[in-house]
Amino acid sequence: MAVAEHGEAVVVRGLRIDLTATGDDIVDAIDMEVRAGEVLGLVGESGSGKTTVGMALLGYCRPGGRVTGGEVLIDGRPLAAMAAGELRRLRGGTVSYIPQDPGTALNPALRIGRQLSEMLEAHAAQMHDEQRAARVREALAEVALPADEEFLRRYPHQLSGGQQQRVAIAMAFACRPHVIVCDEPTTGLDVTTQARVLQTIRELCVSHRVAAVYVSHDLAVIAELADRVAVMYAGRIVERGPRDEIFSHPRHPYTRRLLRAVPDLHGARAVIGIPGRAPLPGNRPPGCFFAPRCDLALERCRSEFPAPTALGDGHVVLCHRAGELAEGEDQPGRPPTAGPPGEVVVEVRRVDARHGSRQVLHDVALTVARNECVALVGESGSGKTTLARCIAGLHHNYTGEVVLAGQTLAHSARARSAQARRQIQYVFQNPYASLNPRRTVGQTIARQLRLFGARGSRQQIGARVAECLERVALSAAAANRFPDQLSGGERQRVAIARALAAEPMLLVCDEVTSALDVSVQAAIVELLGQLREQTGLSMLFITHNLALIRTIADRVVVMTDGRIVEEGPTVQVFTAPRAQYTQNLLANTPTVEAAIGR
Amino acid sequence: MSASAAAEALGAPAELRQRQWATLARATLRQWRARIGLAIFLLMVLIALVGPALAPHNPDAFVAAPNSPAGQHGLLFGSDYIGRDVWSRFLDGGRSILGMAVAATALGVGLGTLVGLTAAYLSGLIDEALMRVADVFMAFPQIVLALLVVTALGPKVWLIILVVGISHAPRTARVIRGAAQQIVERDFVKAAEAVGEPRRRIIFGELLPNVTSPLLVEFGLRLTYSIGLIAGLNFIGLGIQPPAADWGVMINENRLSVTVQPWGVLLPVLAIALLTIGTNLLTDGFARATIGIERGE
Repeated sequence: MAVAEHGEAVVVRGLRIDLTATGDDIVDAIDMEVRAGEVLGLVGESGSGKTTVGMALLGYCRPGGRVTGGEVLIDGRPLAAMAAGELRRLRGGTVSYIPQDPGTALNPALRIGRQLSEMLEAHAAQMHDEQRAARVREALAEVALPADEEFLRRYPHQLSGGQQQRVAIAMAFACRPHVIVCDEPTTGLDVTTQARVLQTIRELCVSHRVAAVYVSHDLAVIAELADRVAVMYAGRIVERGPRDEIFSHPRHPYTRRLLRAVPDLHGARAVIGIPGRAPLPGNRPPGCFFAPRCDLALERCRSEFPAPTALGDGHVVLCHRAGELAEGEDQPGRPPTAGPPGEVVVEVRRVDARHGSRQVLHDVALTVARNECVALVGESGSGKTTLARCIAGLHHNYTGEVVLAGQTLAHSARARSAQARRQIQYVFQNPYASLNPRRTVGQTIARQLRLFGARGSRQQIGARVAECLERVALSAAAANRFPDQLSGGERQRVAIARALAAEPMLLVCDEVTSALDVSVQAAIVELLGQLREQTGLSMLFITHNLALIRTIADRVVVMTDGRIVEEGPTVQVFTAPRAQYTQNLLANTPTVEAAIGR
Repeated sequence: MSASAAAEALGAPAELRQRQWATLARATLRQWRARIGLAIFLLMVLIALVGPALAPHNPDAFVAAPNSPAGQHGLLFGSDYIGRDVWSRFLDGGRSILGMAVAATALGVGLGTLVGLTAAYLSGLIDEALMRVADVFMAFPQIVLALLVVTALGPKVWLIILVVGISHAPRTARVIRGAAQQIVERDFVKAAEAVGEPRRRIIFGELLPNVTSPLLVEFGLRLTYSIGLIAGLNFIGLGIQPPAADWGVMINENRLSVTVQPWGVLLPVLAIALLTIGTNLLTDGFARATIGIERGE
């Protein structure tokens, strides 16, 4: 295998990519090396530039961007010096790519066998047909998929999401690349599937001595998979080093805050968000980019961009205080405490629900008491969202009863009384879709207030809107913004403010953090905890992420295939799960703590 | 300037909304097609509106011998087949056709939008029923439908507006239904349903503001069709009746003497062509601008 003299398959030195329109840099001063057989985890939140760097390894630059400095060497050869044809052979051949969403990356009109052999035809033209067929079978076997005729003749839509992703991985490894770029390949997958996919990638990288760059926002996944880690913030690698160093002795304040935002499956450490948001290209402060959000920032941090500090063993930090902050102990967050649960607010009795002819809920029963937070945990397709929608009156096709404070509710929200609609409020998963883009935040909340009986002049309603926004830690000025002028976390706060404006008894939170970055997720979870503490609100918190609910839920209900398989107090479910399914779920959930043996 | 920085500097919602439209208008006018289209459109509208006041002669008065060539008797474009001033009749003949076209389009697009949004929101049986009715209407070419009604009930201005409008409605309904179906699936509509927002308010408050871009494109497109249709009806003699000056009527009146006196036909033909081309270019530019903005260009 042809590798550079030091064994580094990938070397990036001082890479800078600019926005063509304004000349502002998207990323700058990117330095990294990846050796054969090693996995580099590239961690960052959305907009940090991690995908831009990942694509640069393939010689791609997103539209509107341009490489203006530094170099990328693959097997010791600079990409910039390659001709177009050479680059084309490189992509998929020497450097291959595993996309985030295999559903869109696989051609829906081609059978699996055809997709794979097409890849080989493009990059290994010298192979005979028999060799190619053998390689296709080998590639599928490597990812633990059947390689029989029946499977090869399937179309992508006939596979599950996890199988599709493994086909994409097989495609990426089929041409025996030296370098592989993975762009959050497990983001859309369930934890069980994710665990299997991660293991596959890990094994293939080791067995074929492939240098992998794994781009992800999920620190727990990175902790499980990577040998070395680079943390990106606002277009810079702020800290990089061996995995154990980064996770056990993080030096950069951003890395430390990020780690505190990751939910912990085992302890009862509360998650803490990072206030503020990362500056965009062209809008970055003169000093350290993290300084405005850093509680450890000094005067120097605000005026002077920090130089890299090497701490040995390849651990490099971009922070003025890297030396002093060596072993500073961060205060563990205090989990919010709410009062004891009161009387039952909502009771679900023997609900069977259907989507068309398919039954998605089987004899489900559930109660939520006043002042109680019940977590409903399950993987995609388990029926948890359907159950929540039955409760909120958005899914009508069910039998059984939903009882609110002693009264059986009509199936459809429209048929329920205004009082019932007010008392159950629903917060949707995707804040990008749950707010009308043509209305300002103020108009959205004012409408909710008026709908539930608020009367008064524009000023009076405006004052109420401002109160609602303050409750979710947004400034009153946000009322004049349109949703597209807000970040994802801010939008979700608005959605929560809208729900609270109705003064509900029960807040149904349907995967409210799954579209958000971890630091934002932590801040939203923190906010929900505080709201419970202050108002005694009942909550039904639906999630696929077990670790997330450890600190906020009183009770956990685990669902799979439309049935409740386990129910109990949070501590009991986490420490002594009875159902096999819960045990698997717990075992497969990646955590930083488990990965580095802490 | 980044989005967040822009947001800092902004004030009231009305101002913000104006800015959104200003962005769209700028993106439209950055294209040559849209600039040319707008220039032509404005010129033709100006002629139609101000023309009657500028006409040197009474458009119905006999001022010279029939079919006098251009320049004779002080007539810029000569006289028509019975000796009226072609230039004056041209200046006077735009208002009726433009007014009728705008009225018919507004009626058709309004009705179509209502049907399209209702069908998209209510879905199911009502959607099926509305769309099948639309299919029946669409089976008739628009001009045939118009001819059928006008020959049966007589050439009245209000009837032409009504029938042209109604013939547009099913086509607009299809487009708006398609655009709204994607909106209906979005969670903010579910959120409105969950709090019991009345259906009427969901249709007009949640859906309508989110289909304004296709709606404007649709209006522009239907306007060009209206102009063509109404000019056609006037030409056949089933629209505005002579002696009223109208571009469509003028073409019909003067077509027999086109070899002797081409201006009587040429001027209104050019006017109708320019009006439709201008409207179409402008609409096309706007449609491209909305797509570009969605792509984030």
